[in-house]
Amino acid sequence: MRRRAVIAGIGALFTSACSRLSDSKAGEALLSAAEDWHRKAHRLLGGRGALAREFDRADISPFFRGNGSTDPDSAEYKAAVQNGFADWRLAVRGLVNNPLSLSLADIAALPQRTQITRHDCVEGWSAIGEWTGPQLALVLEQARLKPEARFIIFHCADRLAGKPYYESIDLADALHPQTIVAHRLNGEALPVRNGAPLRMRVERQLGYKHAKYLTAIEAVAKLDGIGQGKGGYWEDRSGYQWYAGI
Amino acid sequence: MKRHALPPRLWHWLNLACVTGLFMSGLNISNAHRRLYWGEWGFAPEDAWLFVPRFPGWMTIPGHYDLAAARDLHVLLAWPFAIGLLFAWAAMMLNGHFRRDIMTSTAEWRPAAIWRDIVQHLKLDFTHHGSKYNFLQKLAYGTVLGILLPLMIATGMAISPGMDSAWPWLSEIFAGRQSARSIHFLTAWAIFAFFVIHIALVLLSGPVRQIRDMICGGEA
Repeated sequence: MRRRAVIAGIGALFTSACSRLSDSKAGEALLSAAEDWHRKAHRLLGGRGALAREFDRADISPFFRGNGSTDPDSAEYKAAVQNGFADWRLAVRGLVNNPLSLSLADIAALPQRTQITRHDCVEGWSAIGEWTGPQLALVLEQARLKPEARFIIFHCADRLAGKPYYESIDLADALHPQTIVAHRLNGEALPVRNGAPLRMRVERQLGYKHAKYLTAIEAVAKLDGIGQGKGGYWEDRSGYQWYAGI
Repeated sequence: MKRHALPPRLWHWLNLACVTGLFMSGLNISNAHRRLYWGEWGFAPEDAWLFVPRFPGWMTIPGHYDLAAARDLHVLLAWPFAIGLLFAWAAMMLNGHFRRDIMTSTAEWRPAAIWRDIVQHLKLDFTHHGSKYNFLQKLAYGTVLGILLPLMIATGMAISPGMDSAWPWLSEIFAGRQSARSIHFLTAWAIFAFFVIHIALVLLSGPVRQIRDMICGGEA
């Protein structure tokens, strides 16, 4: 009987230690190191420029599920929907030599990339869609990044639980050929559910990195001071991994 | 010579800790989206081939629904689990443990021999003649070490969007990410089934000696 109690005790100790790992400083450092090893391993195995798989039209899923915000309820956004996003502007600011304010027409006038990719949600589901828009690299080239810029922040028009949505990626993903500012899904203007009028596609990472309802792109040297400093809405709120390639 | 050498004993307990943590955090992750699909994509109930029950808190790590914490632990434990298995295989192949104790011979696959082994198991007769493990044991250990555990790693990597860009052939082998996710789930439960049988047979075959030997080595 005592032996059984000891085994049960060891088991309980193990599961509670696992549950509380992130409560300690060392545990938190270990978890973020493991996340970092995954990112480095992915880029080592595939190269920094490895492309996400692209699919055929026949593979497109019949519906593209929306998640998180699917209908932002601010008065400004509602008004923007009403007038067909005619006055929507995308600001490009921060550590750039040439800040921009782009209209949807400006964005559509840039060279476009169309790609059929699979969207993987952190929850586990996937959908396939065809996205069209200019590469973020082209936009950043026009804005002329300063050498000290290391991250790109995406600011959004939607709020979840009262906090503005935002996301961030490093330059390896920002300058990646499949990272586009999408304004079309399956050949149509982006539906509100999927982030109209503009959303990011960061194809090598999970869905929460693909910021929707995009209003501004900001180049920064570090993530501190933006939101709670962890690099994104879900990272701040729930401790989601900043590198969402896993 | 010891019954179990030191490296397999260390690996055995490290692997138990990893698999336990991965399994229980995996059930927490499963609670985030309780449907499984085949192919590349799937999100709606009508696409699903299986509706997965919600796993209660006592089966999951953490003991309440927390996708971020469960994923953190899952991707952390993936490292010692995968590297441990890699070392275990390298050692088993190099020192002959695999050839000597786990690899089966053609003679052992004869139906009469298999039947004899099954009957012996049913009579709870665990004496081994000649080799260290009998046929069913070799089959079980070989399947877990050679198929189920590596399959967990391969399907886990196929689910990751970063790995999918680095090694696109991986999820193609499994005919799509959602198929890989389904196989990941099924294989996890196959490992759990092995775990239950393994524990049952340890309990039936002198648990004190078995556990002591797996810790201290024991007499060959």
